[in-house]
Amino acid sequence: MSTTLSLSHFLVLGALLFVISIAGIFINRKNLVVLLMAIELMLLAVNTNFVAFSSYLQDPHGQLFVFFILAVAAAEAAIGLAILVLLFRNLKSIHVDELDELKG
Amino acid sequence: MFANFAVPDFFPAAPEIFLLAMTCVILLLDLTVQSPRRTLTFALTQATLLGCALLTLFLFVTRLIASQEYSHIEIIANYTFSNMFIDDGLADFLKLLTYFTVMATLFYSRRYIEDRQAIPRGEYYVLALFATLGMMVMISANHFLTIYLGLELLSLALYATVALNRASATATEAAMKYFVLGALASGMLLYGMSMLYGATHGALEIGAVAEQLRAYQELGSVDKTALVFGLVFIVAGLAFKLGVVPFHMWLPDVYHGAPTSVTLLIAAAPKLAAFAMTVRLLVSGMLDLSADWRAMLMLLAVLSMAVGNIVAIMQTNIKRMLAYSAISHMGFMLLGLAAGVSVAGQQHGLMEAYSASMFYVVTYVLTTLAAFGLMMLLAREGFESDRLDDFKGLNKRSPWFAAMMMILMLSMAGIPFFVGFFAKFAVLRAVVDFGHYWLAIAAVLFSLIGAFYYLRVIKIMYFDEPEADNAAPITAGFFTKTLVSANSLAVAAVGLFPNLLLGICNASLRGVLPKI
Repeated sequence: MSTTLSLSHFLVLGALLFVISIAGIFINRKNLVVLLMAIELMLLAVNTNFVAFSSYLQDPHGQLFVFFILAVAAAEAAIGLAILVLLFRNLKSIHVDELDELKG
Repeated sequence: MFANFAVPDFFPAAPEIFLLAMTCVILLLDLTVQSPRRTLTFALTQATLLGCALLTLFLFVTRLIASQEYSHIEIIANYTFSNMFIDDGLADFLKLLTYFTVMATLFYSRRYIEDRQAIPRGEYYVLALFATLGMMVMISANHFLTIYLGLELLSLALYATVALNRASATATEAAMKYFVLGALASGMLLYGMSMLYGATHGALEIGAVAEQLRAYQELGSVDKTALVFGLVFIVAGLAFKLGVVPFHMWLPDVYHGAPTSVTLLIAAAPKLAAFAMTVRLLVSGMLDLSADWRAMLMLLAVLSMAVGNIVAIMQTNIKRMLAYSAISHMGFMLLGLAAGVSVAGQQHGLMEAYSASMFYVVTYVLTTLAAFGLMMLLAREGFESDRLDDFKGLNKRSPWFAAMMMILMLSMAGIPFFVGFFAKFAVLRAVVDFGHYWLAIAAVLFSLIGAFYYLRVIKIMYFDEPEADNAAPITAGFFTKTLVSANSLAVAAVGLFPNLLLGICNASLRGVLPKI
């Protein structure tokens, strides 16, 4: 029995990270910062997938894609945190449950 | 692999490069503008968009002449940046529409943001231009990476515009919701792309994906599990961006919470880009998986039409009502993409179905543009005019604009001889040709339910008395009034010659089917 890691191990890891991040977005009802962390985790799950396939297929394009995702994720985090700061100024709280002014 | 690097041909991307350069210039110049009216910023922004339109027209004419020289039956498409970027009929037509939509959006918004000191003005124009650049990249994308980068450029600019009114709790709440769900959508799309990257043995370019899928189809016994798994995530990501049920949660809150000028920026032009992205991914890239995505689109379409039309009836805020109306319209549009058959390379009715969908999106954008433009015309300082009650007795205040609003509502409801009717008719004809009668019946039934809330707006305008504090006549600039009127009348006029626009849609989609 081989004990080396195969492609499927990495894909399962990617899928687990992705599921954790989705759960983090939908189950978390307390803290918006945790929500932003879940979004970052989701992008990292995608990166794991791309790197695993890239290494398995011996094709560098997947890893190039990862660089772009990392760069965009940084820009996204900047905008997300900026909105978070504004929200805290207006609501004096970062509880997810208090985002309930708009509904219907 | 990297040894044969050549300088790419920048010519097909000239409009994008021009827009990027001009946006940076406007961003810097705006720092020196002191006047709160921001006339210089506004004029430069409009001039930039006009310049982009001229460049795109020039590209189109160049391609036309080149095609005739080689006596091609089809107009050739230009590829550049290692096939990551494409300039074809679909790209040129949708980009031109995008420029004019954004130009009209900015004209309508001008007085609205002038009246509101809280909204910083220069940033609004610059972010609108960045969003336009994102839409252009999305429309011209021919590679997973360019699709993603265009989408993010559009989304990041829009998240920021929603939060422009920094003191408003509702606007920042809407921005946060838009940000979280938008990022979730991008994540889903990317996860789907990563699965397809692996399942197609390293294909990231749209054409390469189509080629690989065709090879699998000819091979016969290939396990499609990984492909369909990736496809599900891609369709979910697209559904989020289009705002169809069950991925629609962000749409009503964002439409409601954002300032009306920003709502219009989100509601109109990005629908064109989202349509282009859907066509490039699903049709150009994955037509050989159409049996799988067609079923998903049908489900999304029926759910959207049901939820959109029924929930819209209960709304008292007209921006929220139009948000649910947008959900139902996008569902209707998806019906067209789900129609048409492609079995074992035999294609039947695909072009008719896809051009019906495109016609639907284009006319929907035209109508929405006028509806929000009219709403901003009625708004004034300290008064949003976004409740249904604010439209009470509009006929007594301004018979002309009440008539314009009536045209728009009748068109959205799909009453014959307005453009909305022909759009619905074209999609339904494609669905019936495809043989799914139950789908057509469901679509007609939900449209009938939808007609109720559109006609209610007309009833409120013509038969109710104006509210006491809202009986003053409308004070808007002559130019804005003319533009809103022209836009509304265009909705009626296109209804008189629907075949012209339908023909253009058909011609521009001609190069989209995979060429294998």
